[in-house]
Amino acid sequence: MARIWIRQAAQRALDDAMADDPSVIVMGEDVAVAGGPFKVTEGLLAKYGAERVIDTPISEMAFMGAAVGAAVCGLKPVVEIMFIEFLGVALDQLTTQAATMRYLSRGRLTAPLVVRASAGAGQGFGCQHSQMLDHWLRGTPGLKLAATSNARTTYGLLRSAIEDPDPVVVLEPRILYSEREEYEFDLNYRIPLGKAEIARSGKDATLVTCGAMRRVALEAAANSNASIEVIDLLTIWPWDREAILNSVERTGRLVTLEEATAGAGWGADVVSTVATEAFGELKAPPHRITLPDAPVPYNGALEARYLPSPAYVTEQVAALVSNNKAPAPWWRSAA
Amino acid sequence: MTLSNSNSPLARREALRNQRDQLQRMVEIRSVENRIQRLFTEGQIRGSTHLASGQEAVCVGVARSIDPDDIVTCTYRGHGHALALGVTPTGVIGEICGRTIGCAGGLGGSMHLVEPSVGLLPTAAIIGAGLPIACGAAIAARARKNGRIAVAIFGDGSANIGAFHESLNFAAINKLPVVFVCENNLYGEYTRIQFTTPVEDIAVRASSYDMPGVIVDGQDVDKVAAAMAQAVTRARRGDGPSLVEMKTYRYSGHSRSDPATYRPAGELDFWLKRDPIAIFADRLLAENVLSPGGLEQIQAETKDAIEQVVAEVLGSPAPEIGEIFAHVSGDSPGGDQRWPFWGDRGSA
Repeated sequence: MARIWIRQAAQRALDDAMADDPSVIVMGEDVAVAGGPFKVTEGLLAKYGAERVIDTPISEMAFMGAAVGAAVCGLKPVVEIMFIEFLGVALDQLTTQAATMRYLSRGRLTAPLVVRASAGAGQGFGCQHSQMLDHWLRGTPGLKLAATSNARTTYGLLRSAIEDPDPVVVLEPRILYSEREEYEFDLNYRIPLGKAEIARSGKDATLVTCGAMRRVALEAAANSNASIEVIDLLTIWPWDREAILNSVERTGRLVTLEEATAGAGWGADVVSTVATEAFGELKAPPHRITLPDAPVPYNGALEARYLPSPAYVTEQVAALVSNNKAPAPWWRSAA
Repeated sequence: MTLSNSNSPLARREALRNQRDQLQRMVEIRSVENRIQRLFTEGQIRGSTHLASGQEAVCVGVARSIDPDDIVTCTYRGHGHALALGVTPTGVIGEICGRTIGCAGGLGGSMHLVEPSVGLLPTAAIIGAGLPIACGAAIAARARKNGRIAVAIFGDGSANIGAFHESLNFAAINKLPVVFVCENNLYGEYTRIQFTTPVEDIAVRASSYDMPGVIVDGQDVDKVAAAMAQAVTRARRGDGPSLVEMKTYRYSGHSRSDPATYRPAGELDFWLKRDPIAIFADRLLAENVLSPGGLEQIQAETKDAIEQVVAEVLGSPAPEIGEIFAHVSGDSPGGDQRWPFWGDRGSA
């Protein structure tokens, strides 16, 4: 086991993918000469050259679209969107052009590109650099969406995304880049897209989460008197219905833990599916732990309150398990 | 003359080497657009269509200047370009009528024509979307070192969207083998250019991106081809992109529901006097490539051929309901057969 920065798992995934497949190229702002604003592309320019590691102008629409064209013509572009919010100015190319390429050409053209984007709150970047924004993308036919949660899932998801025949967005919680973990690289390790994993087994409640909230969920479960099964979705779209339904069948309770505002979160889809398909198995109403419907605050104390903490999650799940009623979110009980 | 529709897209493309076939193709585009207009009133076409009557010289002039394995992106005003590049009238009319024999199997419609075998990526219904994609195709071509180029075809309306500026900048800074072809037909949707664009010539914008900007008489197919030849040579040589502005005119409104009542009086008549088909036919007559009555003969034959195509299309099946789910993602049914641009795609 080696102790690595989680960002190094992303760097290794790119490095190994480029070594394995000469059609893989990397494009984005500051990814080549500077080695990436979060050091994820460090060393790639020296190893693979300027034809494959391309610094772009601050023109997300241009380089996202260029990734689409390059992918259609046989390359496998991995595009870095520095902060997921920057995708807003390039969304057309991803959700409207790349995602429909296969459909409109009746399977004769495909756009196997990967968008890597740093995402999420917790570091005081303010409301325009701290969102997950998976709801911009989730449910787009032809597009896949994953979120990394530690070194292993970062490597495994990125390798799978780069080998996938469809456009894939991989959200990388920025807060994890500078965390250290014990991890041994395995060149052959992959996490199949579309599959969730059980991060911790339990029997009283299924706690579904992803991204940086995985750590929060695991800590909450470890400190809970209830036996909580933590499931990391890994792929947010299309998500693993079978894994969730199987788990809820065992536990009888569903809680989602989302780094998303209540109005936007993926949990609404998970809850509606479980409520519809496993209604008879449920001992308690499905419950969502989300962010409030408000922008991400800058002030440290406010941001800490805004994000679900392990203690808050423990408390919420305990309330659900003990009396089978969904507890109010903090902002409503405080009001 | 043979019915060119019976040929493959590639064969139709290769036929453009012949001047008479170029004229025939321009006539074909006009004839198809006229027939599509009628099919609309007959209730055979859903949604919208955007006709290119009046812009035939640009379509054929561009298509004859590039190779079938060069990559082309184009807008939703793409019937003419698709036909010029080689898509059969059956492929175009079939698509617009939502039939299986359409070039996108009847799932795309008027705004989404596609034919990989002649380099045509799906035409995009979003203004400006094709320019960045062409840049990417050019990156791929350069990675292969195969001399291929990408051509982005768009209208004057696209010159005011960010994708235009970002793409010209991106292509210039990377010296990409791209030709940006702006069809300036004087109208962006329903609004005349002077109300949306502070410059009369889109080509002047090339100077901001340190590339040649050329203004071309888009009603003369030979002038279109000559300007294209220069830009294409520059791109293939590795000297970078060009912006080629074709001055042309859209005889109809923006889309089928637009009667174009906003046009200044006399403008349409002015342009009709510079009709691209007439200009080219007169030249071929003068050069004895065409005999007197030759144009009329081509027009009559083409009209008959298109009528046959329409009959074939209207008698042909609609896609099965299951096609809704085909080719959505790699896991979908439908049996994807990826088009291998430039042969072996094993390495970059």
